[in-house]
Amino acid sequence: MENIFSIISENIEFIFLLTLMIIVGFEVISNVPAVLHTPLMSGANAIHGVVIVGAIIVMGQAESDDYLALTLGFLAVILGTLNVVGGFVVTDRMLEMFKRKKKN
Amino acid sequence: MSSGILALSYLLGSISFIMGLKMLSHPDTARKGNLYAAMGMTLAIVATIFLYKDSDGNPLGNYAWIFTGLAIGTVLGNYAAKKVAMTAMPQMVSLFNGMGGACAAFISIVEFNHLIHMGKTFSDEPVMALVILAGLVIGTISFTGSMIAFGKLNGNINDKVLPGQQFINIGLMLVIVVLAVVMVGGYSSMDSTLLMYCILGVSVLYGVLFVMPIGGADMPVVISLLNSFTGIAAAFGGFLYDNSVMLTGGILVGSAGTVLTVLMCNAMNRSLVNVIVGSFGGGSTGGPSSASGGTYKEVSLTDAAVLMLYSKKVIIVPGYGLAVAQAQHICHELEKVLDANGVEVKYAIHPVAGRMPGHMNVLLAEADVSYDKLMDMEEINPEFAHTDVVLVLGANDVVNPAAKSDPNSPIYGMPILDVEDASHVIVNKRSMKPGYAGIENELFFRPKTSMLFGDAKDALTKLVAEIKNMA
Repeated sequence: MENIFSIISENIEFIFLLTLMIIVGFEVISNVPAVLHTPLMSGANAIHGVVIVGAIIVMGQAESDDYLALTLGFLAVILGTLNVVGGFVVTDRMLEMFKRKKKN
Repeated sequence: MSSGILALSYLLGSISFIMGLKMLSHPDTARKGNLYAAMGMTLAIVATIFLYKDSDGNPLGNYAWIFTGLAIGTVLGNYAAKKVAMTAMPQMVSLFNGMGGACAAFISIVEFNHLIHMGKTFSDEPVMALVILAGLVIGTISFTGSMIAFGKLNGNINDKVLPGQQFINIGLMLVIVVLAVVMVGGYSSMDSTLLMYCILGVSVLYGVLFVMPIGGADMPVVISLLNSFTGIAAAFGGFLYDNSVMLTGGILVGSAGTVLTVLMCNAMNRSLVNVIVGSFGGGSTGGPSSASGGTYKEVSLTDAAVLMLYSKKVIIVPGYGLAVAQAQHICHELEKVLDANGVEVKYAIHPVAGRMPGHMNVLLAEADVSYDKLMDMEEINPEFAHTDVVLVLGANDVVNPAAKSDPNSPIYGMPILDVEDASHVIVNKRSMKPGYAGIENELFFRPKTSMLFGDAKDALTKLVAEIKNMA
């Protein structure tokens, strides 16, 4: 039991962040019209590409003789970038179509 | 100083993600929101490359590798995203989502080896170990699941249900949990690297089997769910590096993605459990509805043209068939011709028409169809009763009256477009084959309905020519 409490107090900042971000996520999304479901999903898809930051750290910290870390880190950077760039560009292409047409 | 700038960049990045998502949920601000989020992301990436320092104060190295990777990813991602046809958007999103999942899994593998190299075992660092494993498992499931979803939407993979599939899936999940407990608790003398690869292997299999039985009609929901999985995997990575922007971005998507998944389920009037467990298109579909098979009548192009030209009001119901045939432009053409002849034309958009919510809006907008001619289901349903002709273009399940009348139908309870209230219904389909959910549609056999067979683009081109001749 004490163990659990010490883990909680060690990570209290993280637990705060976790709870608050979950609430923000819920709040931000509710009430979205169905037509925007797909672009929204695609946009969220691009945002979780932030995992690229982790990939960059892995790559940047890899020792020059650690081939596994170098290879996986390099692949991770490529895949993460694909997620970010592809995600944002696809979303933009979808949303381009939503430009309001002039009423005649 | 530099660590302050890094922290500030991460803060700005996090704010841009939240604002971006917020703006993405409104049509007027959506595009800007996407742009803001992209700028925040760029800031976070650049700041990480140049300002990040590990706990000993060492900056990052291997710049050549980092920039080469970034360049390759940017070129490929940009090319793929620009090149993809509007109809293939859903699988593209799934593909990119899978990339993110794989990225998270790779990070976990490297960090795992890092831990082993430092001569530590998992039981020394239980929290760290759990975080690494969670990132590995969720990232991997997201990757393989997304690849299967991609293959299915692309038509490379068919739905397959193994006997006792649900038990196999639950069993695999248990295996992963047990292996993780053994590993973290140090209950086994087995080499922990081997154990880690076992967990990786089982996760790969789980991802595949998780998506395999789910019917194509439910794929958007699955992709949205896997999307939130990748978000969670990214958040675990953030915890690993104590990296605030990864944490906020990951948790935000994990949470928002879950809400979005539930919203999509609601649009189809189904529960998430129902989607995952009671696979659409699965064995239970034949049933009593197939008994309704009977005679249908065909309509000639000329008759269809006359019928529409002399109507007061025509409603077009677009579906996946329109998307596959790339018939959105000719469809707009038809609308213009009818409009020029004094026929009121509107489009009825079912929330899940096509393969994804919003799919039809995007396609028709591409063909310059005016935004205010596109009607939501709730708006248009009362109007069918005063409509002369409804033209159903490659849509099927969203106009299937079985959803209202047949409790045995797998789509029972899904709100549908009440096209049968109109005076005439013309259905364009390639053949009498049932739609994506594999369910017979009794609408096609109703006396008011007539069939216009053929590829949507072909049929519409001829129809437009016919109408122009007459007018």
